[in-house]
Amino acid sequence: MSHQLDIRASREAERSVVRLSGEIDLRTSPTLHARLLELVEARPKQLVIDLAGVSYVDSSGVGTLVDVKRQMEKRGGRVTLVGLQERVRSVLEITRLDTFFTIKASVDEAD
Amino acid sequence: MSGSPIELSVPSDAKELPNVRDAVRGWTTAQGWDEHDIADLVLAVDEALTNVIRHGYGGAAGKPIELSLREVRDGAGRAGVEIVVRDYGRQVPLDRICGRDLDDLRPGGLGVHIIRNVMESAEYSHAKGGGMRLVMRKFPRPAPGAPAEGETKA
Repeated sequence: MSHQLDIRASREAERSVVRLSGEIDLRTSPTLHARLLELVEARPKQLVIDLAGVSYVDSSGVGTLVDVKRQMEKRGGRVTLVGLQERVRSVLEITRLDTFFTIKASVDEAD
Repeated sequence: MSGSPIELSVPSDAKELPNVRDAVRGWTTAQGWDEHDIADLVLAVDEALTNVIRHGYGGAAGKPIELSLREVRDGAGRAGVEIVVRDYGRQVPLDRICGRDLDDLRPGGLGVHIIRNVMESAEYSHAKGGGMRLVMRKFPRPAPGAPAEGETKA
């Protein structure tokens, strides 16, 4: 199991897709936060965050996602989370953020 | 479910968190916990240490954190785990340690809420000699189809 976090972003027309792989915790979330805010600044209409490769997320990761969603919405854009593993979904449910985020099964369904 | 307790001394550095998670996962797996409970225990320890690093020590690295896990039994004889996290950092007023109001969606402040949600109990106190002490307990979830507590099978 990789303890690192791999971040790969691509631009598709008016949306950005960022694919994450690894673990999101206090160690990796500052880098993730900074990278996602860079993508937000490019002002896509939609930011799709693919979490299919993320096996672990804690409160610092959840806080990062909340802030990025807020920043996108301030600029008139929206955030969609896709590909959540059961455990990642469980953390969002515990923090009652599963209804705060738009969650879809896959990147293809995120339109 | 039986086994020797473990005690870890961990420096206050986020780089240590994966190693601590591995240690908790290894010990609880050896103890026979199921996968869902193990994930809860790993998350609770991670959140507790994250709070110490961020708030107890204000992000300062290399400060001491002591972590222990040991088997305990409740009044009904159920075997569970007691996890103690002790630091030597800032003593937070106990009445200010509470789960965040989840309607207030600011980043941060989620850790205590998560700990209280995934553990059966979580008690903070001011440690003798300074710092905070957190004692968390959890007992295994009943297996699917098992009678609920207080029930007997016909």
